[in-house]
Amino acid sequence: MPVCQSKFEHRSMTWMQQLTETQQWLLFSAVKIAVVFGVVMFFVAYAVLVERKVSAFIQDRVGPNRTVPPFIDAIPVLGRFLKRLGIFQPMADGLKFLLKEDFTPDYVRKVYFWLAPAITAIPAFLTLAVIPFGSQLGRQPMVIADLNVGILYTFGIVSLGVYGIVLAGWASNSKYPFLGGIRSSAQLISYEIAMGMSVVPVFMLVGDLNLSKVIAYQSGSAFDWMLFKQPIAFAIFMVAAFAETNRLPFDLPESETELVGGYHTEYSSMKFALFFLGEYANMIASSAMMVTLFLGGWTPLWGGTPASTIWGGLVHIGWFLAKMIALMVVFIWVRWMLPRFRYDQLMDLGWRVFIPMALVNILITAVVLFIRH
Amino acid sequence: MIVPRQKLTFWERLYLPALWGGLRITANHFFRTAVQGKAVTMEYPEQRWVVPPGYRGAPYLVKDQDGHTKCVSCQLCEFVCPPKAIRIVPPGPEGQAADRPNAEKMPREFEINMLRCIFCGFCQEVCPEEAIFLMKDYSFTAESREELLYNKEKLLALGGVHQDTIQKWKQKQVEADAQETFPVARS
Repeated sequence: MPVCQSKFEHRSMTWMQQLTETQQWLLFSAVKIAVVFGVVMFFVAYAVLVERKVSAFIQDRVGPNRTVPPFIDAIPVLGRFLKRLGIFQPMADGLKFLLKEDFTPDYVRKVYFWLAPAITAIPAFLTLAVIPFGSQLGRQPMVIADLNVGILYTFGIVSLGVYGIVLAGWASNSKYPFLGGIRSSAQLISYEIAMGMSVVPVFMLVGDLNLSKVIAYQSGSAFDWMLFKQPIAFAIFMVAAFAETNRLPFDLPESETELVGGYHTEYSSMKFALFFLGEYANMIASSAMMVTLFLGGWTPLWGGTPASTIWGGLVHIGWFLAKMIALMVVFIWVRWMLPRFRYDQLMDLGWRVFIPMALVNILITAVVLFIRH
Repeated sequence: MIVPRQKLTFWERLYLPALWGGLRITANHFFRTAVQGKAVTMEYPEQRWVVPPGYRGAPYLVKDQDGHTKCVSCQLCEFVCPPKAIRIVPPGPEGQAADRPNAEKMPREFEINMLRCIFCGFCQEVCPEEAIFLMKDYSFTAESREELLYNKEKLLALGGVHQDTIQKWKQKQVEADAQETFPVARS
């Protein structure tokens, strides 16, 4: 068997060496994109399940526990356990979205109505391109695009998602989506600035905008994490991330109880699913961003250097995913904790609390850095 | 009325105590449900609600302890039924007699439409024979409307036996016999 494997490896190596530098780069990028996209889609599906289960437990309910294919249900103990866990619920949900009637009301602005879900979903995936989700596998750095302006790219792309929501609200040509769109734009201008300013001290410490460098800076041990060096920045960024992803307590654009779902009121089937996907992908992207900026990215608790073996690389990816999942659970947990903010309260919080706080934080960091040098 | 708004202290205005309190409460509930398994959900088809005494479920016809139909086809319940869910076909002059001595009639057909029934209990209240009772069934599922038209056989089967302590019609015979031998003073 080992002989076989080495032979195969040898052959694949020679095949790879025949490719030019550009071709190799294209191949690996394509593979990375495909894998990341697949993993994110999987996470979206199961984040919905976790959300439903955690919500249920917090509200003393049991959550989804019925969906199961018959052949699994026939397995004695395991089948029942998996059924109670609701493992198969996401598949049923996905199938439902695919099979539902895709209804376009008569009174909507058709082109924009069709465009909006895509504009919401795509940026959420694009932000993941610059996030280093692991150290190395073989000689490949585990990041799709190691941009020098990483964080600027992220902020640029992330704000695009809001246009999808505003567009959906406007194109739906009905009052609740419209109010949702208005709220979304009001929300955007109140948190985006604070969010941008909150991370400035992080990059002042690191001295580079590249996200891989940010992780390298934090790779000493858990005490080097930005969470402990810049706790205020972390707090502001986290709150802004809740607003960014339209999660409670800042889910003003969709608030089910007052706006009947807000911007996606008029949407059904796959178009609605795209909004849903966008929201959860956004949640994943924000968690990944927070892990990268504040929780040391893929580095384990006791610090780490880029992995030299395949297994080491996989362990690093595992650390990244574990931290990301922990943050997503916090997202879900907080949802059942706080009532929704009014939109003037949100703007008040953004403009009069977080922006000054972020500015003071920048100032303090600058003074400390100046004294140290 | 003016509700006085109390000034929040600085500590309270920080949001942090509220945040902490919220996290604690939700975490407690999560722990209680997920780990200790104390969900309040009743998983319906497997676990069923135990109805309290006096609950008004589906109306069924009952038999007495001798296995006889108690209904005498007086049609009072049909008359009183607010949604007109009951339909009774009386036996008519040449119809089948009651299946017990002394009683005059029993219905040829007795039908309750469970889709129309509002479980008000008027039929039970109005019945002079204690022949119809609202029982504890509250769950009806069927694949067609016809399945929920319960006929006499079905109603009697579902209703079961009612332990009648009076047994009016049985006593009638005793009373009649007694009257035969009643010592009447003759002049």
